[in-house]
Amino acid sequence: MVQNIIDVKNLSKSFDISSKEPGLKGTIKHFFRRRTKSLKVIKDISFEIKEGEIVGFLGANGAGKTTILKMLCGLIYPSEGSILVSGYLPFRRKENFLKNITLIMGQKQQLIWDLPPIESFYLNASIYDLDKFEAKKRIKKLSEMLEIDEELFIPVRKLSLGQRMKSELLAALIHEPNILFLDEPTLGLDINAQRNLRKFLQKYNKETNATICLTSHYMKDITSLCKRVICVHEGAISYDGKLDLLLKKLSPVKEILIVCRSEEDAIKLENSGFTVKNKIKNEVTIKIENNSITSSLKTILNNFDIEDLFINEPPIDEVIGKVLIKKDYDI
Amino acid sequence: MNLRKYLKVYKKFLHTSLASELEYKTNILVDLITAILSLIGSIFLLSIFFQNTGYIGGWKFEQALIIQAIYTILNGITNTWFNPNLTEIVKHIREGTLDFVLLKPIDSQFFISLKKINPSGFLEIMLGFFLLLFCIRINQINLNLSFLTLCLITISCSICILYSLWFFISTTTIWFVKTWNAIEVLRSFLYIGRFPLSSFSFSLRIFFSVFIPIAFITTIPSEVFLGLSVFWKILLEIIVATIFLINSRKFWLFALKFYSSASS
Repeated sequence: MVQNIIDVKNLSKSFDISSKEPGLKGTIKHFFRRRTKSLKVIKDISFEIKEGEIVGFLGANGAGKTTILKMLCGLIYPSEGSILVSGYLPFRRKENFLKNITLIMGQKQQLIWDLPPIESFYLNASIYDLDKFEAKKRIKKLSEMLEIDEELFIPVRKLSLGQRMKSELLAALIHEPNILFLDEPTLGLDINAQRNLRKFLQKYNKETNATICLTSHYMKDITSLCKRVICVHEGAISYDGKLDLLLKKLSPVKEILIVCRSEEDAIKLENSGFTVKNKIKNEVTIKIENNSITSSLKTILNNFDIEDLFINEPPIDEVIGKVLIKKDYDI
Repeated sequence: MNLRKYLKVYKKFLHTSLASELEYKTNILVDLITAILSLIGSIFLLSIFFQNTGYIGGWKFEQALIIQAIYTILNGITNTWFNPNLTEIVKHIREGTLDFVLLKPIDSQFFISLKKINPSGFLEIMLGFFLLLFCIRINQINLNLSFLTLCLITISCSICILYSLWFFISTTTIWFVKTWNAIEVLRSFLYIGRFPLSSFSFSLRIFFSVFIPIAFITTIPSEVFLGLSVFWKILLEIIVATIFLINSRKFWLFALKFYSSASS
């Protein structure tokens, strides 16, 4: 049986946030008498993650995804509840716990700006107490997986964003952690760089059985990497389960465009009892429920003279977009 | 604490920060020229104060020059280690890159206090030592082992006090986010350390000994050099340095509990 590597129970986090009225008067008032209020950004959440799982955290900006990740890796103290990651209380930041995890943030970097990435790798290797031979071996292996070579010897400031991100990954993985926290790792990357990064993460997960917790606003990251998603809405979990189940729930019907050989066939099809969205000449668009697609298509192909047909999946961004604004999903 | 690992990491810190700084040759040259001109300017200023009077606060010009030498050494240490690292804490906290430091299996205070060095500060340290050697000659000071030990202890204590004060202010960034001004105030107080403590009024002497112990930083080591120091003063400096160092550590660990990291 696969063990839980992350165990979160009734976790909450509150921050003191100060607010300011607009205008000069508001600024002066704010300077002398700052009004702060306690804001609960994470509200009583519980979940478990198994070893080797890739879990995507979905939510709108400010929903609390990054705060959850930062509590999981021990950067932020929780206000209430308990977290166990790999058997450790993260916020104690014990040496053995830190050697087990890594955090990669798409918008922040740890590489030394004026030096080639290789210098940062060896610095990290010494921090993780790796000898030169072992560090060299790991750098070679990871750079092959990430398909970077010459870039290792060019100052970071002269690298492209994609090359920099690959180098960031290498710096963050040199100690071979078994839990990866990724906060929008593909932010700002072009399509090819995004795809390469996803490919690398899949490979890394497969080869090392590392657990990956990921937040991203690019749906492609989520759909190609995560089987399970945790949707966060205003600090609470609105859905925790399989991604395909969520997609089925959110888009229960598919649209099928059927091109008939003649307009007569199209009229016949229009009146045959299917839910028709529209009809233009010999083209009819119908809506069919996901669970009856096969049988419906069989009926159509057997009874009508069909020239061509297209099954339109609803755009994933549109479907997931619904999750970001809804509070609860019972599946 | 694994000392071997920390030495290895520090060697890497030295290597990477030297390599980073050497990327900008002109900047280093400008820093070196600034250090030389700054020392010449300070000695000139001191000589103006002594132009019409032989003594200030009971100190002769040749004796006051020792304070200037120690100040130059300490300022060199400040520019080599404290300035590039401790001002960076503010940046780390504002931009949230402290996250990377806190997630490394290494002491975070060690990391943020020693990661960078500014090589041009070395010249200032060397200039300070040359001036000190010159002062030892003109003041006809006899060098012996106990004298050198006392000098080393008092200068080390001065470094500890200075570091702790600076680190304490930088740590408050966790709550106040921007503390550049406080660091500038500390730096300007440090200029006061170029003059003997006895040259100030009684109330200022109390202020610079008790509230902001700048006086300890230069005056007590200088008194040791001149053989003017009394035992209780040296002991007091050791106690003050120890209290400051321990509390800077405790304060850092306490402050980290309130670190909320920058938003993404």
